[in-house]
Amino acid sequence: MNILLLFVFIPILMIGLLFLTNSMKTIRSIMVAGATALLALSIVLVILFLRERAIDPIAEMLFISSWSWYAPLNISFTVGVDGISVAMLMLSSIIVFTGVFSSWNMNMAKEFFLWYCLLSIGVYGFFITIDLFSMFMFYEVALIPMYLLIGLWGTGKKEYAAMKLTLMLMGGSAFLLVGIIGIFYTSGHVTFNLLEIANNLHIPIEHQRWIFPATFLGFGVLGALFPFHTWSPDGHASAPTAVSMLHAGVLMKLGGYGCFRVAIYLMPEAAHELGWIFLILTGISVVYGAFSAVVQTDLKYINAYSSVSHCGLVLFAILMMNRTAMTGAIMQMLSHGLMTALFFALIGLIYGRTHTRDIREMGGLMKIMPFASVCYVIAGLASLGLPGLSGFVAEMTIFVGSFQNAGVFRTVLTIIACCSIVITAVYILRTVGKILYGPVQNEHHLHLADAAWYEKISTVGLILAIVFMGFYPSGVAEMISNSIIPIIERLAGV
Amino acid sequence: MEYSILIVITPFLLFLFLGLVGGKLKPNVAGLIGTLGMGLCAVLAYTVAFQYFFNVGKIGESWSQIVPFNFVWLKFTDLLHIDLGVLLDPISVMMLVVITTVSLMVHIYSLGYMKGETGFQRYYALLSLFSFSMLGLVVATNIFQMYIFWELVGVSSYSLIGFYYQKPSAVAASKKAFIVTRFADLGFLIGILILSFYTKTFDFASLTANDAELVTTSFAGGTFMGLSLATWALALIFMGGAGKSAMFPLHIWLPDAMEGPTPVSALIHAATMVVAGVFLVARMFPVYFFAAPDVLTMIAYVGAFTALFAAVIAITQTDIKRVLAFSTISQIAYMMVALGVSEYGGHDGLGYMASMFHLFTHAFFKALLFLGAGSVIHAVHSNEMKDMGNLRKYMPITNITFAIACLAIAGIIPFSGFFSKDEILAAAYHNHPAIFWTLWFVAGLTAFYMWRLYYSIFWNGDKKYDGHHKPHESPWTMAVPLVILAVFSIFSGLIPFANFISSDNMPFYTHIDWKVASLSLVVAVTGIFVARMLYRKASTKPAEIAQKMGGLYTASLKKFYMDEVWGWVTKTVVFRYICEPIKWFDRHIIDGSMNGLAWVTQKSSTAIRGLQSGQVQFYTWFFVAGTLVIALLVLFL
Repeated sequence: MNILLLFVFIPILMIGLLFLTNSMKTIRSIMVAGATALLALSIVLVILFLRERAIDPIAEMLFISSWSWYAPLNISFTVGVDGISVAMLMLSSIIVFTGVFSSWNMNMAKEFFLWYCLLSIGVYGFFITIDLFSMFMFYEVALIPMYLLIGLWGTGKKEYAAMKLTLMLMGGSAFLLVGIIGIFYTSGHVTFNLLEIANNLHIPIEHQRWIFPATFLGFGVLGALFPFHTWSPDGHASAPTAVSMLHAGVLMKLGGYGCFRVAIYLMPEAAHELGWIFLILTGISVVYGAFSAVVQTDLKYINAYSSVSHCGLVLFAILMMNRTAMTGAIMQMLSHGLMTALFFALIGLIYGRTHTRDIREMGGLMKIMPFASVCYVIAGLASLGLPGLSGFVAEMTIFVGSFQNAGVFRTVLTIIACCSIVITAVYILRTVGKILYGPVQNEHHLHLADAAWYEKISTVGLILAIVFMGFYPSGVAEMISNSIIPIIERLAGV
Repeated sequence: MEYSILIVITPFLLFLFLGLVGGKLKPNVAGLIGTLGMGLCAVLAYTVAFQYFFNVGKIGESWSQIVPFNFVWLKFTDLLHIDLGVLLDPISVMMLVVITTVSLMVHIYSLGYMKGETGFQRYYALLSLFSFSMLGLVVATNIFQMYIFWELVGVSSYSLIGFYYQKPSAVAASKKAFIVTRFADLGFLIGILILSFYTKTFDFASLTANDAELVTTSFAGGTFMGLSLATWALALIFMGGAGKSAMFPLHIWLPDAMEGPTPVSALIHAATMVVAGVFLVARMFPVYFFAAPDVLTMIAYVGAFTALFAAVIAITQTDIKRVLAFSTISQIAYMMVALGVSEYGGHDGLGYMASMFHLFTHAFFKALLFLGAGSVIHAVHSNEMKDMGNLRKYMPITNITFAIACLAIAGIIPFSGFFSKDEILAAAYHNHPAIFWTLWFVAGLTAFYMWRLYYSIFWNGDKKYDGHHKPHESPWTMAVPLVILAVFSIFSGLIPFANFISSDNMPFYTHIDWKVASLSLVVAVTGIFVARMLYRKASTKPAEIAQKMGGLYTASLKKFYMDEVWGWVTKTVVFRYICEPIKWFDRHIIDGSMNGLAWVTQKSSTAIRGLQSGQVQFYTWFFVAGTLVIALLVLFL
């Protein structure tokens, strides 16, 4: 059996087991055991992948298997991974794992975790498959639970937010569907297999001209591309902690990954021709998101706009279309996934105790909950790109990579994107200064407890991952960078 | 020399140790561990310095660059990669000595000064983090490594300025310091990007080799707005240096940074971090000189203006730490000017040597001044001059050491500041007379405001202190560093610096230019004399003079309203005219159009909803009517 299938089977097994029980204790045990198994599986996969890669440095994808699904239309279920998907699987496992601990005291835990597992099936499935049909299917599987998770367990204007998020993402996936069907019919041979389309077939340029924007936009909506990002602040603000973590940490990465794997990989000519339009939009995202975050007062809004800025940088770097910038883009996905999950875990922790997310109503939390506050500072420092944490290596790889492009247009855009490092510092330090430092604002906060052990597991786990990537970036970068070569070759062959 | 890496690693391990388990240790134990670790670093640094300068450093006639340790940390492209390593050459070895010495003094001093503070362990952890970052910065083998540690010193500085995190002013000051320097670092980063794009390397050795041949040849004549791209790149890199080294108009963070504990001000905001900008320009000096001499001239003028500007402000400040802060800005500007007026090679490179010399001597006497001020603040629990006076009777050691430091900074022979300042003035004298006379005037101002400070603290009438709050001399942990630094402040000027440090790494011969020296001595003595007349005894004369000066006095007291200008830029322009409109636009236009789309969809579905009512009669009616219409159409067409 292919090891990749376990990524889908374990959550399915977890769902099955969850149906059988009602006790909180058993539910937690199932979730912890399952999430740990997934985490271990990802680590094993990384090791196996690196070993296989050493044996076979040429193959684009490893661990490929295929099962025919519907022969008349040549639909099959094909799995396979390269360095990029392995990295994304690792990220997903870390976040699924820490998310479980961050939702330790959920009410209606059984139902919550059922949907949670379903969501992770969608995420994992998306990253292991390499045919467009299954990718799209898992993509939708990941979107639907989101509606219920926000609508039922959310806070604030949850129905509105859930509806908005789902509808906007569905709108995006409508474009995507059109694009995928377009690829299916125009590539010369009816197939959904990515490798086959990329290596043996060719989509004529006149079709690329409409399929490329459709797919890029479709995935871009999920990657919070300006001006289709407004689902993100409302959605994240209303979602429960673990869902925010999973959504911002992993689900938004589906967008960047899809743009990269489908739009650019399959349609390099159109990417060269039309990339500049999206480059402008992503450039706007980067600066616009950061400026918006500066004046927000709700912690989750600040983080959501910061995500718009950081995820904008991901798409921005992908569109720079050289090896360094693209490596940086994937690293930025990892880095943003980890730190934004950490942010949401901490915001959830703080909100659970203070019952407010308004930064004007908090202050001096460092004195009250030092552990959580120090973690928040670390998350902030990662976000503003402190060397030694993951944000720095990712951003610098992007900036250096983007700058290697000749031409005034890209140089100027890169310089504009660089400005985000200052604006990020402004909103991070503003938030940290308001909520953690200064005198205690509300005396009811004085007796709040610091992080509990399960919250500590969640935050420390994420911090360890952030620090690991910040200290040893070359390991991550190399694995990713090698897998980018096929795409770069295709782009260069244009 | 492989062990030199330990100088950098030890503080990092200390930081990890104290940061993770420090809270569980007794404060004293944590402090002692930090201090002993720093002591080890200092011993190692002195060993390295001795070995470098007297055993292995000199190859033939010139000082060599030794790279005992270097590895690729992150590879961007085949040519561009960030290396981490240790580069030993005269200036980095000198910096190792300066940093470890001052840092050790501050570690010892803090044992007394910070005693009983909450967060004592955190303080020592952060001091270790700072020492690590600063040491990593000076031994950087390439410009990107420097940038990495540059950011790290920024964060350590941020955390230490905001050490008293419950005090809103400290939080605001730390935020300001970080954001202003971050803004400058943006320039630094873009400069690095431009430079590396053309030269395809980050490596200092490759950039500076053979009269910076790589930089002068690789830019291929690209220009932007009339200046060559090399000029732009180097000017932007200098912007980073100007931010850290508090050059006008990016100086505004440094006076506020005095919110941090005083020993921190001594270490970070006087002796080490703030000279990082000078060090950066010195490190890249051949590149500046050969590829962008215009930038060097600009540096000279920016420096000269900053020196004057800060000195004028220092005269009127009443918070003793702010006086010292502005004096620091002014003295760093001296170093910048020296680099700006310097030429390359042999005696022409006098300015380069003078700059490093002044950096060296200034580190000791300015650290001493800050620690002395800390000792005073510790005794009277105030930063304000009006709460002091007559303290010489209560604090003899502080009094004497402070006076020594004031003599040194005023440039009185034979104290260390005299020698280094004299070389700077001599370097400016021949090439840039206008700058020379500015600096000469600033030297007088310096002597005046430093002695104003001294007399106001230790003399100025017979102020009596209440029995309960009677000031007393500080404990030995604080007094010993003062004495040691005083010794350095007296004698460090006697080192024949030109033998060790020069722009082209070839030793050269210097002598004191007595014409320049006597001019500077005259103005320094005059400054001290005027200060003595005004402040030795309590009198109303200073207030009367201030009254007469009117607007100039107020402007100087208000620091020429630079904070207000920046406040306007950030609060009004950025917040009100950029961020708020974007927020509005996002809510109303972008999100509004999404909501509008949903609204239209909803309305139109409501409108056609009636067609699917579920009433069978209705459907039948439609069915019959439809059939009739079609039948009629078929029949009659």
